[in-house]
Amino acid sequence: MNRIVEKEYFSENVVRLEIEAPRIAKARRAGHFVIVKVGERGERIPLTIAAADAKRGTITLVIQRVGVSSRRITDLNVGDELTDLVGPLGEATHIEKVGTVLACGGGVGVAPLLPIVEALKKAGNKVITILAARSKDLIILEDQIAQYSDEVIVMTDDGSYGTKGLVTDGMKAVMNREKVDQAVIIGPAIMMKFAALTTKEYNVPTVASLNTIMVDGTGMCGACRITVGGKTKFVCIDGPEFDAHQVDFDEMLLRLNGYKDIEKGADQKYLNSKEE
Amino acid sequence: MAVSKAYLKEEREQEWRVEVRKLLKNKERTALPRVKMGEVEARERICSNIEVNKGLSADEAVNEARRCLDCPDPTCISGCPVEINIPKFIKRIEQGDFLKAARVLKETSTLPAVCGRVCPQEKQCEAKCFYQLKLKNEPVAIGYLERFAADYERESGQISVPEVAPANGIKIAVIGSGPAGLTFAGDMAKQGYDVTVFEALHEIGGVLKYGIPEFRLPNSIVDVEIDNLKRMGVKFENNFIVGRTASIEDLKEEGFAGFFTGSGAGLPRFMNIPGENYIGILSSNEYLTRVNLMDAANPDTDTPVISGKQVAVIGGGNTAMDSVRTARRLGAERAMIIYRRSMEEMPARVEEIKHAQEEGIEFLTLTNPVAYFADEKGRVNKVRVQKMELGEPDASGRRRPMPVEGSEYDIDVDTVVVSVGVSPNPLIPSSLPQLETTRWGTIVVDEDKLQTSIPEMFAGGDIVRGGATVILAMGDGRNAAAAMHKYLQDKRNA
Repeated sequence: MNRIVEKEYFSENVVRLEIEAPRIAKARRAGHFVIVKVGERGERIPLTIAAADAKRGTITLVIQRVGVSSRRITDLNVGDELTDLVGPLGEATHIEKVGTVLACGGGVGVAPLLPIVEALKKAGNKVITILAARSKDLIILEDQIAQYSDEVIVMTDDGSYGTKGLVTDGMKAVMNREKVDQAVIIGPAIMMKFAALTTKEYNVPTVASLNTIMVDGTGMCGACRITVGGKTKFVCIDGPEFDAHQVDFDEMLLRLNGYKDIEKGADQKYLNSKEE
Repeated sequence: MAVSKAYLKEEREQEWRVEVRKLLKNKERTALPRVKMGEVEARERICSNIEVNKGLSADEAVNEARRCLDCPDPTCISGCPVEINIPKFIKRIEQGDFLKAARVLKETSTLPAVCGRVCPQEKQCEAKCFYQLKLKNEPVAIGYLERFAADYERESGQISVPEVAPANGIKIAVIGSGPAGLTFAGDMAKQGYDVTVFEALHEIGGVLKYGIPEFRLPNSIVDVEIDNLKRMGVKFENNFIVGRTASIEDLKEEGFAGFFTGSGAGLPRFMNIPGENYIGILSSNEYLTRVNLMDAANPDTDTPVISGKQVAVIGGGNTAMDSVRTARRLGAERAMIIYRRSMEEMPARVEEIKHAQEEGIEFLTLTNPVAYFADEKGRVNKVRVQKMELGEPDASGRRRPMPVEGSEYDIDVDTVVVSVGVSPNPLIPSSLPQLETTRWGTIVVDEDKLQTSIPEMFAGGDIVRGGATVILAMGDGRNAAAAMHKYLQDKRNA
């Protein structure tokens, strides 16, 4: 069960895993996520599905090493099994033909963006995709994105690849140039906050896919709750996608940091245990 | 479902029962005092997760069993949602045949060791005991005796596996592995069905595992009951969400002919007051799941839990008591219940309230939170509460709490657990649009048969009731199994 059949390093800290999960591969739609737990004492964490192959019976996850749980998963190798894997969870992305769509992925957020870009393109939209990261080695899945995009724009903070600048610089350039009917943004919360502010200036309806802290992922605990348009919503069952202009990103940023100190300690402990 | 009087009479006239009744005169029996349950001292128990109630010794159990008059009309049974033959198992205890007593429990109950611990007996069987009804005396301690017999059997290493009818090859899917699902699964397996239980979480047991803390219901006891079901042939699939991982249609194609949904009341309610999303404010579901299911207080697990020195738990139910007592065990110096009504209306079991008081829990009654405040990092540091007074009775029959104007004051807190109830888990109904639900999100069922608007699907427990008890969920599981068995047989014979 849940055996890893392929492992690929996009960079030192970004890993792609292809995992046997025939039922999830068949049932999932763009926008869905899974909950993964590694080891009996592991933590349950949500990861958005980057791709699935129903024929092979596999799903693809792209994981960035940021803490103990993401390290545990990315330390697994081909042939290893994930202790627990459940899904697909969340509401699937609402896909329709709207005209021109601006898709923006920040860092590892490009992975969950890929199936959405694919579905938008197949629905007949013109898709312009912006890939943004700190530097060249953190730009991932460019070829796969290009396959389903009419245009791909790469932005790096340090100018090591593509155009030097922030994701919002690239977005403004596109929106100044042509009419955009809808935007989709996935990435770090801080990037989504500013991307949403940017599209608001241009009055472009925008969807953000959020990745908050979760425990069960099935609506049971409320750890993932955020405020959208003044109302509390659960990312796991009401989302993970929301109207980005209604999301209280400041609150979300605070909540994401709720366990920061404990997480740092746990990460260090794991790294120490590996050295021993 | 009602147990037949003729059957009870026949059982009562068995020679061994008549003999046991003759051992003492009724006057001698009623003169005996009710047993007191041994408890681990509060000072000691708050330092660990040790079970609070120690259980009865064999002598204590036999003595308590002597109090039971073995009434010709055993009203106690009518108070039990799974209709355990109460006098029969108690008289087996009086006789000293504890294994046979346990077998009586298992005739109708899949989880006796669980029920003996978490059932509100004082509102059910014991409330209908002759002592309580007619003698105005303390009822026979039926709950303690139930626990004793189930524990004795487990510890004896001679656990009996209920008899299972020959396999009929009919596949049945159970959605959710909580008390309703487990009971249903056991009863269907007894009838020879090929039963698979699907559980969304990685552990089997539902609320018995994620919700009820170790100090009230050790996980090892739940595991023994699950193991027993496995020995009866019940299969379990964890990490499987019916409607998501596979649809009902998929499962039908795989040969499943009947479905029982016992997916529980998953969705925690909040109060929608300012500041409720600050860090350190969490639902009781989240708090208890982290601590119970994920073992977050253990430094060797990856799941973290924030549990501070000044913990406020909002609400007055059993889950609130479980949360506040957990907080105390995780090192809270001040652990308090904030409840908008008075002690009298508090829905938690009397025993839980008593245990909480012994453990130094503060009770701020007639008090309601109105807002939270936080530091610059968004971490909660104060709750503003308002005093309440009781007005006229509301729809629930309890006096409605009314705010007292100008009575607000602030309390320093670093953790808040919101335990003001749950709503049905929307995951199953949302993936089955043809399933009829109420406006509260509960599944609509036929009251007797527990059949839903999808004829081959039955449902029970909190997904139907909204928020009730373990034993009512078990009663539903039992009734639904009987009704589904009849439905499938009729269908076959049609």
